[in-house]
Amino acid sequence: MTYRLLTVSKLGAAGLVLGLTLAASLSGCFTERRNEGAQLYATHCANCHGEQGQGLKRLIPPVAASSYVAEHRTELPCLIRQGMRGEVVVNGVAYNQVMPGHDDLTDSQITNLLNFVQQNWGNKNQPYTIREASELLGHCNGSDGQ
Amino acid sequence: MKISFLRSVGHLLLIIAVVSASLTLPSCTQKPTAEAHLPYLGEPEVVASAGGAAPDTVPYTVPSFTLTNQDSQTITNQTFAGKVYVTDFFFATCPSICPKMQSELLRVYEQFKGNPKVLFLSHTIDPAHDSIPVLRDYAERLGIKDASRWHFATAPHDTIFALARAYMTAAQVDKGVVGGYAHSGTFALIDSHRRIRGLYDGMEKAEVDRLIKELPELLKEEANAQATAAK
Repeated sequence: MTYRLLTVSKLGAAGLVLGLTLAASLSGCFTERRNEGAQLYATHCANCHGEQGQGLKRLIPPVAASSYVAEHRTELPCLIRQGMRGEVVVNGVAYNQVMPGHDDLTDSQITNLLNFVQQNWGNKNQPYTIREASELLGHCNGSDGQ
Repeated sequence: MKISFLRSVGHLLLIIAVVSASLTLPSCTQKPTAEAHLPYLGEPEVVASAGGAAPDTVPYTVPSFTLTNQDSQTITNQTFAGKVYVTDFFFATCPSICPKMQSELLRVYEQFKGNPKVLFLSHTIDPAHDSIPVLRDYAERLGIKDASRWHFATAPHDTIFALARAYMTAAQVDKGVVGGYAHSGTFALIDSHRRIRGLYDGMEKAEVDRLIKELPELLKEEANAQATAAK
């Protein structure tokens, strides 16, 4: 609940950053992994899906406030791992583009990436544990156990 | 004696000349420098002048081309006569930089869509896949309904890659890259005389902002040149 409140406003985000800096300087317990999801999104997803997850017109579907992200929760780890092609309907609009797969991400990176998306930009879906993501990745022989 | 008198008169004249020049020159030179002039990019060509005078240089120009756009229409340099245009290289299934690049070019298009003097030309570097229906679908999905304003064009592979070099955009087949092609997201700004007047990294917002700022400068220059020619 508090997490959700923090993420909904920019003030909250600024507070989170401030808090993280403080925490990191105090103990070093929190590493960069704390916002690994956001960083992975910026590196691997933002070029196509947009810096705010908004997508691009009718070419690239949004991941922000996305019906697909909510409805296909259990398929998403394999979708990141293997990519996808063919028509897909998101928020009532049909898209048809090629999405590349990601052999270069570990199970835990996929977990953090998906949790970032599932909890941001109007998505309020249940996060994954690394164990759950690895299990779901097993469905497509996509788990690297890391 | 006579000589020294003449000399001092000569000095005086020189001083007067320098002083008056320094007084009048600023008013003369300010006019041309006040109008920022976009550069001519590319290797200039040296041409022999008539009558044995020193050879002249002319700015680099884009070569002649024949392409086909998303409406199956043939487009050539003549299509862009009297216009300025922005060009880039992409392919429809490009999963790496193209969506970002095309969304940035779309930002430029949105700024100038009310001005028919500004055209856009995107070349596919994957003509084997990007057939005309694929290009039409891509353009429509991007929200471009008027092909005469933003051409999504195809041509034989070698033609496209030669043009990419001509527009100073790196594009090459690279199986090691996701999607199979390595290319830069360069936007080139071309004037009505086929000269390259600006190159911008389409992946950088600041660079695209520079294009949005410089495009009206080129339009102003073109309008002035037209007004002068009409006199």
